Amino acid sequence: MTTRIVELRRGILKKNDELAAGLRASYATAGVLVLNLVSSPGTGKTAFLERTLRELKARGSRVAALVGDLETDNDARRLAASGAPVRQINTHGICHLDAEMIGKHLDGWPEVALSGLDYLFIENVGNLVCPSSYDLGEKIRVVLLSVTEGEDKPLKYPTLFNSADAAVITKMDIAEPCGFDRELALKNINEIRPGIRIFETSAKTGAGMEEWLAYLAEARAGQS
Amino acid sequence: MHELSLVTSIVETVTETLAALPGSSRGARVLEVRLRVGALASVIPESLEFCWGIVSEGTPLEGSRLVVNVLPVVVHCAPCGLDSELEGVQSFRCPRCGELCGEIRQGRELEIDSIEIDDGEVSE
Repeated sequence: MTTRIVELRRGILKKNDELAAGLRASYATAGVLVLNLVSSPGTGKTAFLERTLRELKARGSRVAALVGDLETDNDARRLAASGAPVRQINTHGICHLDAEMIGKHLDGWPEVALSGLDYLFIENVGNLVCPSSYDLGEKIRVVLLSVTEGEDKPLKYPTLFNSADAAVITKMDIAEPCGFDRELALKNINEIRPGIRIFETSAKTGAGMEEWLAYLAEARAGQS
Repeated sequence: MHELSLVTSIVETVTETLAALPGSSRGARVLEVRLRVGALASVIPESLEFCWGIVSEGTPLEGSRLVVNVLPVVVHCAPCGLDSELEGVQSFRCPRCGELCGEIRQGRELEIDSIEIDDGEVSE
C-alpha cells in the first residue's frame, strides 16, 4: 500500500462562488445595484421591501425583486402590490438561496432584463445561519432585525451579522411597548460588525425610510 | 444547517480530484480528508462528521476519516497595525488596545485543505 498526501486548497463552496462571481460581473455590466436581504422569519423583510419598492418606484427608479421561501408564493403576491416585477423562488426545503437559483430565475424572467433595472432586491429565506455562506453576487448584504427579537441577536448569530454591509432595525413604531433597548441593540450590532451603517425604520409609519433611500441612491451612484 | 450539502460537495470534489490525479489507479482510495473551517463559517464539525459516513458510502471515500481543523478569527487592528487572534466570536475588539476591528484576516475559511490517499495497485 502506497499512501500519499495531496494538497487541494479548494473552497468547499467553490461552485457557488464561481457562479456568484459570474452574476456579480453581469450585475456590474448592466449597472444594476443588487441587494441581498437576510433575517430571521418574521422580522418584516417583506413589509420593509414592499415599502422600499413602492418608494423607489414613486421616485422613478426601475426596481425588481426575487423572493425566496421554502413554499408558497404569498410573499411574491404581497410584493407585487408595489407594482414592481417580482418573482418567487421556492426552495422546497433548502434553507437558503444560492447563486444557481438566482441565475436560473433571472434567465427565465421575460419581463425583466438586468440592463433595464436600477435596483434588484433579493429577499432571502428567513434564516440567520445558512444564507451567510452563500454569495449571490450581491453588492450589499443587508441584515434585518426587528425590535421584538431581542437586542442580543447579533451576539447569537455573529457570522451573519459580521458578513453584512448594512443593518436595518424594523418595526420601530412598536419599540416602546416592546421594551426595546435601542442603545444596547446598536452597541451589539457594532460589537459584531464595527462601523456598519444602521437604519432604524418602520415600514408602517415610514420612519427611517428617507435615510435608507438616500443610502441606496448613494450606493448606486458609487457603483457606476 | 446545510452540512449535508457541504459534505455532498466535499465528496464530489474529492472523487473528481482523485479520478483526475496522475499516478492513481482505479482502485485508489481516500484515507483521510482534512478541512480548514473558520470560526465564522457557521459550520458545526460534529454535523459534518454525522453526514460523512452516509454520503461517502459507495464512493472512494468510504471508510475515510474526516479531520476538521477549526481556525480562530484573526482581526487586523489599524491603530496597532497588528493582526491578533480572537478567543471567540462575540466581540471584534483588538485584544491589545480594545479598539473595534472591522477587518477580518482569518475566520471565514471553508475549504478542503488536503487528502491522504492510497494509490492502490498500479498496473505495470
